[in-house]
Amino acid sequence: MKDRVRDQQPRRRVRSRAPWQLVVLGSIGAAVFVLPLVGLATRTPWSRLVELVSSDIVVDALKLSVTTSLIAALICLIVGVPLAWLLARTEFPGRRVLRSIVTLPMVLPPVVGGAALLFALGRRGVVGEPLNEATGFLLPFSMWGVVVANVFVAMPFLVVTVEGALNNLNARYEVAAATLGASRLTVFRRVTLPMIAPSLRAGLVLAWARALGEFGATITFAGNLQGRTQTLPIAVFVALESDRDTAVAISLVLVVVSLVVLMVLRDRWWSRT
Amino acid sequence: MTRGVAAFVALLLVCGACADSADDDTVLVLAAASLTDAFAEIEVAFEGANPGIDVQLNLAGSTALREQIFQGAPADVFASANAATMQAVVNAGDANEPQLFASNTLVLAVPIDNPAGVTGPGDLADPDRLVGLCAAAVPCGDFARQALDQLGIEAVPDTNELDVRALLTKIEAGELDVGMVYATDVAASDLVRGIALPPRAEVEIVYPIATLPDGSNPSQATAFVDFVLSATGQQILADFGFGAP
Amino acid sequence: MTGLDAHLVTARGDDFTLDIQLSIAPGETLALLGPNGAGKSTTVDALAGIVPLRAGHLKLAGRSLDVPAQDHFSPPEDRSIGVVFQDYLLFDHLSVLENVMFGPLASGLRKQTARTVAGRWVKALDLGALAHRRAGQLSGGQAQRVALARALATEPDLLLLDEALAALDVRTRSELRQVLSRHLADFDGPRLLITHDPTDAFLLADRIAVLEGGRIIQVGSSEDIRRRPATPYVAALAGTNLLRGMNSNGSLSLDDYAHRLQTANTSVKGPVLITIHPTAIALHPTQPSGSPRNSWRTTVATVEPLGDTTRITLADPLALGVDITPAATAALKLSPGTPIWASIKATEIAVSPAAE
Repeated sequence: MKDRVRDQQPRRRVRSRAPWQLVVLGSIGAAVFVLPLVGLATRTPWSRLVELVSSDIVVDALKLSVTTSLIAALICLIVGVPLAWLLARTEFPGRRVLRSIVTLPMVLPPVVGGAALLFALGRRGVVGEPLNEATGFLLPFSMWGVVVANVFVAMPFLVVTVEGALNNLNARYEVAAATLGASRLTVFRRVTLPMIAPSLRAGLVLAWARALGEFGATITFAGNLQGRTQTLPIAVFVALESDRDTAVAISLVLVVVSLVVLMVLRDRWWSRT
Repeated sequence: MTRGVAAFVALLLVCGACADSADDDTVLVLAAASLTDAFAEIEVAFEGANPGIDVQLNLAGSTALREQIFQGAPADVFASANAATMQAVVNAGDANEPQLFASNTLVLAVPIDNPAGVTGPGDLADPDRLVGLCAAAVPCGDFARQALDQLGIEAVPDTNELDVRALLTKIEAGELDVGMVYATDVAASDLVRGIALPPRAEVEIVYPIATLPDGSNPSQATAFVDFVLSATGQQILADFGFGAP
Repeated sequence: MTGLDAHLVTARGDDFTLDIQLSIAPGETLALLGPNGAGKSTTVDALAGIVPLRAGHLKLAGRSLDVPAQDHFSPPEDRSIGVVFQDYLLFDHLSVLENVMFGPLASGLRKQTARTVAGRWVKALDLGALAHRRAGQLSGGQAQRVALARALATEPDLLLLDEALAALDVRTRSELRQVLSRHLADFDGPRLLITHDPTDAFLLADRIAVLEGGRIIQVGSSEDIRRRPATPYVAALAGTNLLRGMNSNGSLSLDDYAHRLQTANTSVKGPVLITIHPTAIALHPTQPSGSPRNSWRTTVATVEPLGDTTRITLADPLALGVDITPAATAALKLSPGTPIWASIKATEIAVSPAAE
């Protein structure tokens, strides 16, 4: 009895109201992103994946990439948030110029960034040379060189996101806090920071993701040595020369990690930037 | 608005096809990075001798170029820094019979003032010096490791650069104390000094060149290869420090 | 002297200057009443320390907060001025209790002590049930009470209510007026109520200062303001009719109207300021008998119910505001365009000498 009723009333399908032109163009747009990933998935040697991913080269690169990107993200946080606050909340001569310089690494080819770092912080660099002579400390060819390269390319993302959030924040909240007796630092800690927390989180993840994927600046400034400066992206490039399967396996690892992080943050990021 | 978009898309597609026009006047040459300066000069000379022909040079590491050919890049000529790389392309049927057109040797390169006082290949094993090699996967690095094997030296590099030009630049800048590069690289640079390897380090570095059957301009491709092998071409190569094939 | 002693001279942009004197004794409520653009927010900014004074001084509870001549300026966090803002500005990421605790914590009290202090105020403002609710999830009236509690919890030297009721609907506003009235009475220090709504001023303040164009044009009790408004603006604010004209032995010619009126006052001669209270004008369906010396036929321009009275404005020949009961409005069937007779007793038309 029930089945007959169900058969007699098929589910109604209402025609989609999306204009076909937008559907076509939008699908092409989607293909730009989806096709490369599909290509990667089809080339993956699935049967050997676990073996490849647990090889020396990959494990060393993974440990190094995760360590340096996390340290870089932390440095971006500690130094970048105050910088964003200064840019958004204070006035000083040259502020606009500084803001442009801060966003420069976003548009500069990373290799150029790496070269600039070398000129400044390398062994014969403007700052690097006296530093090396005084302390013997050398950034290039060391893990800290990787961290520095990562910070250079990733920090703009954090600063830009946080500065935007600060500019959108109603400054009167800070006034209200001041009338309640809070010092400027207390206002920052207890009112400003919590109110921009979602954007801060998004900016931090963006910066971390950028640091994880950095290649050009890292290899130019820090070099390439397994275990010390060979990050995942560099390992992929090297593997491409000789061992395609390993290259694909590493690429897959990078893509999966990035996808997971981005999906977890998608809601917060899209809707609240 | 949709009409505008459709017209724009049509224009793009047509222009995409535009890029492939003028096949007969273009020779696309894939050449190893170490041939950069020499081939730039050869390009000028060849175009001078053959007006109306445009030589386009695509310079990269030999293995990267090999990959490009395998993936179907439209090229007419392939000049490799590595016989093995060329052989792989020949085996895949993507290159015609190669011919050797130059040779090279390995040397140690140090910054012009040699601040670390490097004297020979033994210093490559010194952990206190900043040592650079090419990555094992690129020809320069492969040859370097062969030479070091023959010398019985266990090098401790601080970096394995992805191409020999990057390695050379870092030595020029004084960021590295020593590295192993080609003799042609040292000849081309005013900022580094070369230290010869002992004769025991016998590494055969030869450069093969071949036309590619899938190229779009076979006649001009052959003409280019002939030019490289001609007296003019060989003289240019010698000027840049290459040896005879 | 304790309380507020201020001569605020400052500017907003290039074309507006504020120059006002405010002195409020402890326990006294002064309302600063004025239209938008009069300088109310500039006053708040100057008192709170967001904008420095250009000249003058600001002293509160015996302490100098801003004295330009001595180059002395206290930043907002050192001023002990409790502000209740029109847009509440509650910290949405904190609970009601945490909001009220904010000031005590910032002043250095330990967390437990701050919580106790805050708890007292939360209870006093009847917010106990909402103590742990996030501040972003409150209604307008609730939020404003939290804002008041938050300001009071810091035990400030001055309580400043900046258009505190403006964002609320009519009913909540009148509820909150009761709340304010009660708590203002309990607050020992001086209180400054900044508003554009005369009803707030009349109901809550001891004295009213009328602010216009950056200057105070009249200060007085609400009676003073209503009975003897200094300018047409103040009169309109208070609802009184104010006209200018010439008195010649009781016969008044008006500057802005052709109509003439009769006043009983023959002693003030020449140019005069004429005040007619809205309740002094009587409306009749037909020409009134008896002998009111001022009666004329006119039409109703607008009818505005204001709770327990109705404000009628008359059209030509003499535009006046009339306050009558809603019952009378209904009985006369008044609506815009209704023809009506108006009359005023000569004794009800007050005149005072006008400045030239």
